[in-house]
Amino acid sequence: MTTSIGSEPGTGGQGALAGTVQATAAPPRRSAGSALRRQERWAGWLFVLPALAILGVFLVVPIGLAFWVSLTRWDGLSSPFGGGAEFVGLGNYRDLITVDSLTRQNFVTSVRNNFYFVLFTVPLQTALALSLAVLLNNRFLRGRSFFRTAFFFPSITSSIATTLVFLFLFSGGGAVNELLAFLGIDGPNWTADSRGVFHQLLRPFGVDGPPAWAQGQVVNLSWWDWLAGPSITLCVIIALVVWTTSGTFMLMFLAGLQNINEEVLEAAEVDGATGWQRFRLVTLPMLRPTLILVLTLGLISTWQVFDQIYLTGNNPATITPAYLSYSQSFQNSAFGVGAAIAFLLFALIIVLASVQRRLVGTGEED
Amino acid sequence: MAVRTYSPPWRRALGYLALAAFALFFLGPFLIQLATSFKTDADAANNSLSLVPNPVTYGAWERIFGFTDAAGLPFGRWLTNSVIVATFITLGRVVLDSLCGYALARLRFPGRQAVFWSVLGVLAVPGAVLLIPRFLVLKELMLFNSYPGMILPIAADAAGIFIMRQFFLQIPPSMEEAARIDGAGVFRTYWSVILPLARPGLITLTILSFQGSWNEFQMFLVATSDPQYNTLTTGLAKFSSGQLGSGTQYPVTLGAALLSTIPVAIVFFTFQRHFIGGQLSSAVKG
Repeated sequence: MTTSIGSEPGTGGQGALAGTVQATAAPPRRSAGSALRRQERWAGWLFVLPALAILGVFLVVPIGLAFWVSLTRWDGLSSPFGGGAEFVGLGNYRDLITVDSLTRQNFVTSVRNNFYFVLFTVPLQTALALSLAVLLNNRFLRGRSFFRTAFFFPSITSSIATTLVFLFLFSGGGAVNELLAFLGIDGPNWTADSRGVFHQLLRPFGVDGPPAWAQGQVVNLSWWDWLAGPSITLCVIIALVVWTTSGTFMLMFLAGLQNINEEVLEAAEVDGATGWQRFRLVTLPMLRPTLILVLTLGLISTWQVFDQIYLTGNNPATITPAYLSYSQSFQNSAFGVGAAIAFLLFALIIVLASVQRRLVGTGEED
Repeated sequence: MAVRTYSPPWRRALGYLALAAFALFFLGPFLIQLATSFKTDADAANNSLSLVPNPVTYGAWERIFGFTDAAGLPFGRWLTNSVIVATFITLGRVVLDSLCGYALARLRFPGRQAVFWSVLGVLAVPGAVLLIPRFLVLKELMLFNSYPGMILPIAADAAGIFIMRQFFLQIPPSMEEAARIDGAGVFRTYWSVILPLARPGLITLTILSFQGSWNEFQMFLVATSDPQYNTLTTGLAKFSSGQLGSGTQYPVTLGAALLSTIPVAIVFFTFQRHFIGGQLSSAVKG
């Protein structure tokens, strides 16, 4: 009796009920059911429209506008769409990638900085988050919710507030250097030290400057500069971001650990596996989906680091592509170049995310 | 048989020691921040590790609250702006995200699948890429340097829509069917039957939206240039960008940063279950 009401599968039930109830009224069942369907049709669009309009007007369309701007030379003053900007085609992209220029040198430096930032931050935050989760995942632990709260708290605090605190802790005469002084170590002037960490590590071995082979230039930087490692100031940001993100990732690992069957671990123990073996051979493989999720989220967010860099100022030792895109646009009035950097960063993130997906899968399939 | 729960006392002590060290690592910076806000500038710079201000001074807090005239931070202005924009953004997200999430979970309309995939697509756009686009569109719409310009662009968000959709999917369809038998229309059903059932989801969305908009920095940075629109985040950031390390005014800066943390901290400790609950619903067995 209801087959004619819903054209899509699964709609028959509701239509039938509505139809039955209103059967006593004059209109036939069929139209009562389809009235409800019609109502759902326009209500559905009515419900999604406000949110869609906001996302469309303030997110999707603007990305298109920015792509246009990336093809122009625009100073940010007049309207770029009414002839206020000179069209230069792919000129901005060419300046960033193929033309030997100051713009390219800045861009290449920012990519190098961010590469080292990702290289250190992602493994550190993942390892710390996993260790915290394993420590907390003990049924007999007292005060577990206190520790969980303490570890998670930095994650919900404003990035600006936490950065200010860290820049203070790591200032020349700051708390970190006072701690190091207790250990007899003379700490560097963290927030104003642009020397690369790898260079510093080579000093005790008598390497004070670039050896002959490292003086060749590759894309605006010498081999020596490419291999500098993160600057000492960037290390402060690495410590800060590890500190603020590991709480969130800890929660993800905890949720993953809860899904591991206790019986499997007990069986491994009966078979004589030590604690470390149980972790390495049972827990870790079973955490693989969570691990992949954490690594992916970490990779995507660390390539976008901005707020913390903003507070360290316009410093070649810390600039990242996201920050360079901002400073080129809003401080140098070169919006075309800034937008082009943003799109190159966008492309880089998409490529890296899909390469990672290819290499390790999504973790869902097994 | 299962004896794996037993571990020798020294190992348990070691475990607690590690946890305590980590707790200090995660909370220590906040303690130093609190202590510093009661220090003099010189004391803050010279004894930055000490948790005991010597002498104790309320100078920084008096400046923050505007009790002293000496070129203080316009902290009251920043606080007011943060409250205004965070309130409206939270309100917008709670209403718009839940409407959209409900439609995507339950209503059958042509194009629903396409809408769902577009929302997922938007979710994948990296935030750092949006700085220039947002500035552009606000300028074109004459909303640059205005409250609507700070609020509207993030008054709905793809993540919130997605979270609400998942919540609505968990509500049994029989509840709606019962309401419709009674002749309630779509909106009536949503308002008086579905929303009350989705309360835990709405609370979670409210908290996440408040935390997100209170801590928001990039959006407000590119939406305004006039200092009168500075929020706690942009005000503090512009005040101290590139100046830290020069050793001045730490007490007042860190005090203001602490005060900007407090509202989120209160919400966090009050509704902790909802922050963590979703991810750890099955966590606490004992």
